[in-house]
Amino acid sequence: MILTVQGVQFRYPNHPVLEDASFTVQQGELLAVLGTNGAGKTTLLKCVNRILKPTSGVVWIGDEAVSDISRNALAQRIGYVEQQRAGSRATVFNAVLLGRKPYIQWDITQNDIAIAGQALETLGLSEYALRYLDELSGGELQKVIIARALAQQPEILLMDEPTSNLDLKNQMEVLTLVRAITREQGIAAVMAMHDLNLALRFADQFLLLKDGRLFATGGPEVMTPKNIEAVYSVPVAMTAHNGYKVIIPL
Amino acid sequence: MVEQASLDKAHPHQAARAFQRQSAHQRLIILGLIVLTLALAVIAINAGAANTNPMQVLRTLLGLESGTSNIVIWNIRLPRVIAGMAAGAGLAVAGCVMQTCLRNPLASPSTLGISSAAAFGANLAIVAFGAGSIHSNTRDAVFIGNPYAVTLSAFGFSMVAMMLILLLARLRGFSPESVVLAGVAFGSLFSAASTLVQYFAEDVQVAAMVFWTFGDLGRVAWQEVAILSTLVVGTFIFFLLHRWDYNALDGGEEAAKSLGVHVEQIRFRSMLVASLITAVAVSFMGIIGFIGLIAPQMMRRVLGIDHRFLIPASAVTGAALLLFSDTLARTMISPVVLPVGAITSFFGAPLFLFLLAKGYTRR
Repeated sequence: MILTVQGVQFRYPNHPVLEDASFTVQQGELLAVLGTNGAGKTTLLKCVNRILKPTSGVVWIGDEAVSDISRNALAQRIGYVEQQRAGSRATVFNAVLLGRKPYIQWDITQNDIAIAGQALETLGLSEYALRYLDELSGGELQKVIIARALAQQPEILLMDEPTSNLDLKNQMEVLTLVRAITREQGIAAVMAMHDLNLALRFADQFLLLKDGRLFATGGPEVMTPKNIEAVYSVPVAMTAHNGYKVIIPL
Repeated sequence: MVEQASLDKAHPHQAARAFQRQSAHQRLIILGLIVLTLALAVIAINAGAANTNPMQVLRTLLGLESGTSNIVIWNIRLPRVIAGMAAGAGLAVAGCVMQTCLRNPLASPSTLGISSAAAFGANLAIVAFGAGSIHSNTRDAVFIGNPYAVTLSAFGFSMVAMMLILLLARLRGFSPESVVLAGVAFGSLFSAASTLVQYFAEDVQVAAMVFWTFGDLGRVAWQEVAILSTLVVGTFIFFLLHRWDYNALDGGEEAAKSLGVHVEQIRFRSMLVASLITAVAVSFMGIIGFIGLIAPQMMRRVLGIDHRFLIPASAVTGAALLLFSDTLARTMISPVVLPVGAITSFFGAPLFLFLLAKGYTRR
């Protein structure tokens, strides 16, 4: 399923947050959304799955407009990893099981429990199954939310800074895993992030936002020192190490 | 590289099994609470001046007994006990759902101003229809001119309060904080209005108002018990149907939306139903504080926040707490029957503080 965002705009009554964003993500592709704090990354993600209603513009999944799909049906197709989540008295297993919420008719089935268990296992959280969310570290919490999104078995995965609280090892593990799953299952993934080097390493496509406007979008070729400097207002140099491109602020 | 390996590891069911064990455990706790409450009900029916014993009570309930105890049990004790259980369960599930929908642990029927509005409605009707006194100094000395009008007026005003809160919340885009604050504001507004009404009322009327305000289970007969129980059962089913929506809401509004929940709709309807059941309970029995706050809070600590279990457990706990309080109210300084509302608040407040101080039990 191809995700197409066409001229999406979002504004509060007297200030625009996002202007005219357009892009396409193919099945199995990972798009990194980059930009400074407040550039509109989160707003863009929320417009895609209708947490926010775009002021104008259309989001398409294949040839269906997202605005015509019921919220529940949409939840079966788009997984969402939100940026901030406060811990609560829910157990880890219950939190991941919520990924099955869009599929629940009267009650959860054995199948739902098995899928949630599998998602936990995939992210290495099995031992934490009965822990309460408010007893987890920030990184563990992030993994729980990713597991929940995977349990949704989505066609499209939206992730808002999914690795911001993870350590180096976990960042690599989680992103490698997300990359493998999205490729293998043909999930179109969109990930807002701050770490340019991780983006360069894991994403196929890039979208640079500046002040709510689309600055550049495309393959690795748009990630030039010039573009990055223009977006972040920090001079950078780009080099390669063992075939991995690396960006260094100057 | 983690990719392939972790997708099909050897033991994918470890977490699922732990979860199922826990679910079974929680079901057992609820079953235990139900048994406890039923035992409490038998004790409550037995308690009092009619010289019965629990065995006799059981036999009477099964229709194996005849005689005077039969009349006392069927016409006086049983309606009161069922009313207590229904009201306790209704107030507790209402509080439970209000706390979840407004994401505020202090949300409950009494903190949202609905009870105060009902009291104001009752006060107004007492002034309008009058109250009397037979010269004696027991509680029953004061009577209300037209109890039906009083009940209706109390119900009407609690619905007004509920509508005002929900309307204001709609205007403000239903931010949970605004609802709790609006509830507090309306609560004090109605209390102030009650004070004014009382200031200009006659002595006997004031006495009647004060007695009305004390929650008392003795006011209900079979007819009210039937209405209340039906509504409580309906409310319970409605809430239970939405248990997964409430679970999703616990993760925050946006997460819930991304999981397919119509957040505003669920909140509005749930608050409406919760307020309705509160309004009915309060207008039949007067203000019974703290049950709606404390029962769900206790169960949140014992069972966590899975509403599959939290809703039934809160209902049973609410029923047990009110039943226990009422039995205490009837027997503590018998033959004087204390108003149960005073008992629930008296024990509820310190219990609430204790729960706060103790925090959550660690697993």
